[in-house]
Amino acid sequence: MRRLFLRGTGLLLLPLLSGCSDLRLLEPGGPIGAADRNVILVAFGLMLIVLIPAVIMSFAIPWHYRATNTKAVYTPDWKESNRIEAVVWTVPALIVAALGVLVWISTERLDPYKPIASAQAPVEVEAVSMDWKWLFIYPHLGIATVNQLAFPAKTPLSLRITSDTVMTAFFIPRLGSQIYAMAGMDTRLHLEADKPGKYLGENTQYSGRGFSRMHFDALAMSRTDFNRWVKKVRQSPQVLDHASLAQLEKPSAGVPVEHFSAVSTNLFDSIIAKYKHPSSGHAKAAAASAPAAVHTPSHPAGRQDTTPEAS
Amino acid sequence: MLGKLTLSAIPYHNPIIMGAVGFTILVGLVILGLITRHGAWRYLWTEWLTSVDHKRIGVMYIVLALIMLLRGFADAIMMRVQQMVAEGASQGYLPPGHFDQIFGAHGTIMILFMAMPFLVGLWNVVIPQQLGARDVAFPFLNSVSFWLTAVGAMLVMVSLGIGDFSTAGWTGYPPLSELGYSPTSGVDYWIWAIQISGVGTLLTGVNFLATIVKMRAPGMTFMRMPVFAWAALVTCVLIILAFPVLTVTLALLTLDRYLDMHFFSNGLGGNMMMYLNLFWIWGHPEVYIVILPAFGVFSEVVPTFSGKPLFGYKTMVYATAAIGILSFSVWLHHFFTMGSSANVNAFFGITTMIIAVPTGVKIFNWLFTMYRGRVQFTPPILWTIGFFSAFLVGGVTGVLLAVPPADYLLHNSLFLVAHFHNMLIPGALFAYLAGYMYWFPKAFGFRLNEKWGKRAFWAWLVGFYVAFIPLYVLGFMGMPRRMEHYSDPAWLPWLEVAAIGAVIILFGIIFLVVQLVVSIRERQATRDLTGDPWNGRTLEWATASPPAVYNVARIPVVNALDSFWDMKQQGPAYEKPPEYADIHMPRNSPAGFVIGVFAFLFGFAMIWHIWWLAIASAVGMLATVVARSLNDDIEYVIPAAEVERTENERRRLMAQAATQSPADTGADVIPQPLPQV
Repeated sequence: MRRLFLRGTGLLLLPLLSGCSDLRLLEPGGPIGAADRNVILVAFGLMLIVLIPAVIMSFAIPWHYRATNTKAVYTPDWKESNRIEAVVWTVPALIVAALGVLVWISTERLDPYKPIASAQAPVEVEAVSMDWKWLFIYPHLGIATVNQLAFPAKTPLSLRITSDTVMTAFFIPRLGSQIYAMAGMDTRLHLEADKPGKYLGENTQYSGRGFSRMHFDALAMSRTDFNRWVKKVRQSPQVLDHASLAQLEKPSAGVPVEHFSAVSTNLFDSIIAKYKHPSSGHAKAAAASAPAAVHTPSHPAGRQDTTPEAS
Repeated sequence: MLGKLTLSAIPYHNPIIMGAVGFTILVGLVILGLITRHGAWRYLWTEWLTSVDHKRIGVMYIVLALIMLLRGFADAIMMRVQQMVAEGASQGYLPPGHFDQIFGAHGTIMILFMAMPFLVGLWNVVIPQQLGARDVAFPFLNSVSFWLTAVGAMLVMVSLGIGDFSTAGWTGYPPLSELGYSPTSGVDYWIWAIQISGVGTLLTGVNFLATIVKMRAPGMTFMRMPVFAWAALVTCVLIILAFPVLTVTLALLTLDRYLDMHFFSNGLGGNMMMYLNLFWIWGHPEVYIVILPAFGVFSEVVPTFSGKPLFGYKTMVYATAAIGILSFSVWLHHFFTMGSSANVNAFFGITTMIIAVPTGVKIFNWLFTMYRGRVQFTPPILWTIGFFSAFLVGGVTGVLLAVPPADYLLHNSLFLVAHFHNMLIPGALFAYLAGYMYWFPKAFGFRLNEKWGKRAFWAWLVGFYVAFIPLYVLGFMGMPRRMEHYSDPAWLPWLEVAAIGAVIILFGIIFLVVQLVVSIRERQATRDLTGDPWNGRTLEWATASPPAVYNVARIPVVNALDSFWDMKQQGPAYEKPPEYADIHMPRNSPAGFVIGVFAFLFGFAMIWHIWWLAIASAVGMLATVVARSLNDDIEYVIPAAEVERTENERRRLMAQAATQSPADTGADVIPQPLPQV
């Protein structure tokens, strides 16, 4: 009761005092997030040119011309003015034109598919969304993890993303841009962290019962810490092959971090291939490279727990 | 025999659902009991359920909208309460499967079964009168449209107690909405509720397009037509172009689910991206289908209560048409994050922003209508003023989301949720409520209580800000939409504030109910005898309140924009015609209701795979249509003598009103022109 009371009284102040570090999108931890945020700020600033006068007018005009204010001018038949029309069409049009230029330039520059220019070679990771967890495969390191994405800071992170279930969206708010994960396809995303830190990673696209618990830790590390981390993962007794993948594919939510010291080759491509139409070239190529795993389920089995109200 | 339907479909083990079902049934029984007690069944059947009178149908649409507003709001407050408590170790009171049904039901209901019936209801009450017509072009079709819409709403309500509702959200994205991931009948309820009501909406679009194009009074050229009718005209075109896309898209999803086809499935050549494109090719115009009629309401309310004609009428018309056309060029902004190339995203970002220009112009034109006017702060104008600044903020956040790199951050977040509520609550609902309070006297012959109207407005306005500003902040904190549980304690206080906002809105809804009850009780004192309680400018105010069944004894001749105002200035507004003629009116028909009953059975049978019933009810529908088509006795004649009697009685009441002082009639508006009897 007391807690509720305190909550109630402090409620309007508390959010303001809770600190800026929670406003993840405004406190980016990398160049992509910072650039995205700057686009928001510039666009918002431009729109204030119209917003502020319009909001003031929206209160001032009705108030000044209220029926009880008989001192105000009253022109009961006045209904058009080309000058006013010219201004109300031109000013918003000019601002939209300016914003249009911003859109064109920033969209080209911040295309999620575009690699980040850097002296460092990028770390490549293949991300797979599953029911309801994230699988990360490091193809060049031959390791994999569940719900933990570690990578060196100040180094581009190059992601290929697919889904082994319904459509989801991969997002690390403090690092910037998100992108959908879709079965049978891969999307690309390039991110970078400025400095070591632990960031929230999430799926923003509702994907079923376990959606709310489908988040992961994004760990930006120093080079040495990252190398140490890789070594630790390599000591894991678990190996990611088609059998353990089948285990992972069983729906579960909020699962702890798992490490795999080795990964079957082309696992990521075989996950994509199994949702491809059997006649498509991509599927054949992948089937040739990973024959063991390829089957073509129209509805993934084992997800029968979506019945309405079991609990 | 009963397809997939078994007793286990009733969630009797879930106390929350059963409580809601019990409450709904109880309210239903109380209403049925009251009807029986007052012996009103015959009246209800002959005067309302079988009515083809556009005014009656309009009232039924709005009653449906208000009921569904209550249901949709109940969903909303359940979500706010869940998110207020389900942090960290606390799981809240709603398990995932239940929470997921609620957000899907909330969206589906608010857009398709609250907003759509509300705007179609306002059209029905107002448009034929505004055009100086006696009814819509196809009165019987109008009744069919209403019943199909009501059936869709009924199916959503039934899903509460029998089976479940879709857990795939109101957009029903596959592959989640495919059978493999959503094996229960929830998605099927969603599909058939939308399909059946969608046919009703499409027929409404055809009906009102024909009405507006063909049935305007002589002299009412397109550029003398009230902006509300213009907005309806453009909206009808949008409905006719957009709704078939939705129908086909859902039909393809139905084939996936019922016949194991693979249009949108994972694998076997199915492609969910196609669904997203098709859905939003309907979905974005749908936003404007909901908003343009609202702009039409503001365009009527502002001039009336400013004592001035609308500023820049032509601009308003062109802006409305421009918005209508542009609304088909922006759909991709709903999925910038799907991996389209930068050029494609930039193109759709720019087209989206272009819409902001005609929309912004409209706001300025309303403000310049008030400029140098005499603005009376009646409830309709309060909703309008509240709308201005809120909608401007929503517009700005919308343009932000139209910038693809900004959307890469804000997509799927609570910022997005805040944005579209910011457009739809002030932009659509406030307008509908303004229209409800503005045209209520026309429909019922007495005015709504202003004091409670203003209280409702303030509660809604304050509640809206308190409920949705925190969601903008939460978006910047990286909180996705549709979370039934979360682990970041920093989100909690903002969600608590948002829940308080929802409670304030609850008071807004309670005040609306109180307003209606109080107004009915004091109706003798607030009767509108003149038919023109606000000193209106358009033709619907020329008739009695409520109008005679034939609306106008003689079709008026229009000579100007703001034609009724012009008639009042020039003299002929209340001129007695030299003689009256017989009037042909359409006869009421139970066929619309019967088709609705069969459509309900058909939808229910399809949802539960009860094939014999589906076939039987489809045959029933068809047979009713055929029987109705073979019936030639669908009109009746009101003799000239009876028209004269009705009109003379109206004149007597107007004369009585003219002798009373404004205080007696409760009219606190600016001077009424004396009706010339």
